[in-house]
Amino acid sequence: MVIVQNIVCPICGCACDDIEATVEGNKIVKVKNSCSISASKFLNFWKERNLSSLIRKNGELAPTSLEEAVEKTAEILVNAEYPLVYGFALSGCEAQAVGVELAEEIGGVIDNQTVTCHGPSALGLHDVGMPGCTLGEVRHRADLIVYWGSNFQEAHPRHLARYSALSEGRFRKGRKDRKVVVIDVRKTPSARVADLFIPIAPGQDYELMSALRMALNNDEIEEESVAGLPVDKIEELAEMLRSCQFGILFYGLGLTMSRGKERNIDQAVSLVCDLNKWTKFVIMPMRGHYNVTGMNEVTAWQTGYPYAVDFSHGYPWYNPGETTSIDILRRGECDAALIVASDPLAHFPKEVGQNLCKIPFAVIDPHMSMTALAADVVMPCAFTGIEAEGSAYRMDTVPLPLKKVIESPPGILSDEELVGMILKRVKSKRRR
Amino acid sequence: MELLIKNGVVYDPKNGIDGEVMDVAIRDKKVVDRVDESKAYVIDASNKLIMPGGVDLHSHIAGPKCNIGRMLRPEDHYKDVEPRTQVKRSGVGYSVPSSFTIGYRYAILGYTTVFEPANPPLKMLHCHHEFRDIPILDKGCFVMFGNNWFVMEYLRDNKLDECAAYVAWTLDATKGYAIKIVDPGCVEAWKWGDVEFLDILWGRPEEIDEPVPRFGVTSREIVRGLCKVNKLLNLPHPIHVHANGLGTPGNYQTTIDTMDCVKDLAEEDRPAIHMTHVQFNGYAGSDWITIRSGAHEIMKYVNANKHVTIDLGQVIFTDTTTMTGDGPFEYKLHLLTKNKWTNADVESEEGAGLVPIHYKKSNFVHATMWTIGLELALLAKDPWRIFMTTDHPNGGPFTHYPRAITWLMSKEARKRTLDKISKRARSRSDLDNMDREYSFYEIAIATRAANARILGLKDKGHLGVGADADVAIYDINPREVDQSRDYKKVRKALSKAAFTIKEGEIVVKDGDIVKSIEGRTYWVKPNLPSDLMNAITSDLTKKFRDYYTVEMENFKIHDRFVTRSTPMPTYYG
Ligand code: SF4
Ligand SMILES: [Zn+2]
Repeated sequence: MVIVQNIVCPICGCACDDIEATVEGNKIVKVKNSCSISASKFLNFWKERNLSSLIRKNGELAPTSLEEAVEKTAEILVNAEYPLVYGFALSGCEAQAVGVELAEEIGGVIDNQTVTCHGPSALGLHDVGMPGCTLGEVRHRADLIVYWGSNFQEAHPRHLARYSALSEGRFRKGRKDRKVVVIDVRKTPSARVADLFIPIAPGQDYELMSALRMALNNDEIEEESVAGLPVDKIEELAEMLRSCQFGILFYGLGLTMSRGKERNIDQAVSLVCDLNKWTKFVIMPMRGHYNVTGMNEVTAWQTGYPYAVDFSHGYPWYNPGETTSIDILRRGECDAALIVASDPLAHFPKEVGQNLCKIPFAVIDPHMSMTALAADVVMPCAFTGIEAEGSAYRMDTVPLPLKKVIESPPGILSDEELVGMILKRVKSKRRR
Repeated sequence: MELLIKNGVVYDPKNGIDGEVMDVAIRDKKVVDRVDESKAYVIDASNKLIMPGGVDLHSHIAGPKCNIGRMLRPEDHYKDVEPRTQVKRSGVGYSVPSSFTIGYRYAILGYTTVFEPANPPLKMLHCHHEFRDIPILDKGCFVMFGNNWFVMEYLRDNKLDECAAYVAWTLDATKGYAIKIVDPGCVEAWKWGDVEFLDILWGRPEEIDEPVPRFGVTSREIVRGLCKVNKLLNLPHPIHVHANGLGTPGNYQTTIDTMDCVKDLAEEDRPAIHMTHVQFNGYAGSDWITIRSGAHEIMKYVNANKHVTIDLGQVIFTDTTTMTGDGPFEYKLHLLTKNKWTNADVESEEGAGLVPIHYKKSNFVHATMWTIGLELALLAKDPWRIFMTTDHPNGGPFTHYPRAITWLMSKEARKRTLDKISKRARSRSDLDNMDREYSFYEIAIATRAANARILGLKDKGHLGVGADADVAIYDINPREVDQSRDYKKVRKALSKAAFTIKEGEIVVKDGDIVKSIEGRTYWVKPNLPSDLMNAITSDLTKKFRDYYTVEMENFKIHDRFVTRSTPMPTYYG
């Protein structure tokens, strides 16, 4: 029996790095410090797992050798005119880097799950910036914590305890030293832990933020209510924001994926910038997958842009809405794909998913995802962060090392290795 | 592989070689006495300028700030692209280039060693990640300590040895190279948005004797304390200081105070403090209307005091991105320019901020900044203590170095620009009356020899036997060219090296990359007496829990993340 400590949890953007696993034989039998999502992953991830490369023959996925799977994938990619390499939010940064190189080599598009979650945050950053901080700053200083459109209690179960309201910091000793405001369209489990829950009319986030900015600037708000809230309440909230010592606005998909999208983020950042005239205020996106932030970082330092990078001209080109995976698939321009550690068929709009199914594509994933079931080639990979090392970026861009806690099943390689093999194959085919 | 560079006009200031026609012989990555000409690859360098590979001691090339800059500014990249070639990965510029592109573009300028000057300890892995993707260049990273809770507390409690042990531990754990101090104490105050302490409302530079709220230690004490720590650990580079009050009229006095506060700590002639991007810290006057150059006052002090070295932070008239660990400064700049703003405070230690800026000739303040950088350089008596930088990308992208160099080398070049800048700025500046022109020899000092010396890199910045075989060959004959009149020729030659040789390999030929190799990562490994390390271990372990949101084990950077890891051991005491 071995106890492995300080494991970075490879599940959500909190990237809690204090997980302790008890390993017996080559199996994790117990975990400590995990939330329920994490615990069930660590204990059950190996169940019902496909351990063989698969290739579609006569309409059916059938076992094949890894060599053949790699060869077939390389062939699909090399023969394509406008291929897509997609995913990596559940991969280590090392695999991500190889993924970017592969996309460059084949003159395709590299994109990631940002397209379905925080794309608008990237656009907001381009437009107006993003005054932020690391999570420890919140722990030490924040006396006002606002969650906007984020059901953190379900999506990031340890966020509150490790980094926010319940954590004990240098200048804030715990829950009683802080106020929590939750703004959402419905009373989520997260709303229940708030000191103040503000129900907002769906799709009215932009309006509420505008009203808050007006209230801060002492401008008269003509309407009696905005986004379903009476103006007095809005003025009260503005006063609360202005009078804290250190405030943070955490926001989730409720803001990025509702009406307004990137304009919501522009407005949220502008609100936070305004607040800095009175106090210290910062903003942070609640990133979902544990290393989607890392994929943005890697793609940015290698290409200059955080996602949706098109190499078809031989250099990085970026125009979200045009070069985003969803859009190239929707327009039917994409003619092959490699999907790594992600399940786009479960998350893309239906007609986009249907278009993906019309083109040849390969999947690298530890699990038989919905997307894998529809693929032409499937290569199972090790579970990064449990069976393979690497590194990742927490939602606040703090980089962390990923551990190999146990061995992967015999013959199961990491996604980094698999993408590397495909890249090598592709290169040699192109030289010919 | 053996290489023989024949008949070049060589500038190797460290070895006193001032434009002699001679050969440089290379074997196994090193400069050697001679090689067998019949077997060696021979480069005919007649009528060409030869210098050691360029060494840059302050350029923001990697880490969290740089990557925020890339993401903040897609508009910066659109018009400046690098297609993939047989030997090159693709990328983009301009002021915040992608990592591969940084390596190639520096190499094309004849630079082979570049140091990243400001990463917070907690995010050092990010810097190493990006280092892996910067080809060709040898690199190292300075770690920020000037607002660090451990440091401020140890110094407040007069625990110098413990502070030294902590710094040593952190440099080792994060694989960093030197102690960087940014706006000491003030970033901590900024984390509370403490505009009063920071004098943001009044636009005055922060003083160095005000105690940091809640920590009770002053900027002076932080700088002095870390200067002593630097000495105790025998680090190869002195403390590297970004003084308080950056970008604020009147700050030249703060700069002088900061230099002077460690004067008594200097040993003989060894520099005890490096003041960085002094142009940004060299303003006289009391507001944006009365601002004028403080270069005379600063250089009077620098020339008289051998314990100081400085670099310029020269401004280039272009669109660029400011990025610094000085969060409060960037907030001020955001208020001033209304440009988009990013802030990135880091728990228990440092912070950062970014704002794009476009320096315009017609803008009185920008033009004044431009004159100050050049004045500093032209007033310097000892070229070994002043280094040419633009504080890339803060003053302008490093790709403009040849332009900055020719301003130093040619009065004519300066006049051409002076004719176009704000008249008010010109009339208030002394630049019109300065006749000095840097020689090729002095340029070789200010762009490589002196940089290598102050970084403590004995095998760099020169071409003596045993030096690293990093060489730049430029297509210009320095003995014939009229550098003053034909400055454009000089600029053109320096912009695209005829050859850049890195560790004995030809990486650039005719201004283009022909081969890409991996560069080294330098870091210091201080050796501490074990009782000293033991003395802080329990304190460190406990405080680490209290201060950070990551485990100590995960803060330490494993060797597997360090590209061509090149530790430099140092010894305590
Ligand atoms: S909160 Fe997220 S990172 Fe933390 S243990 Fe749960 S799933 Fe893992
Ligand atoms: Zn700098």
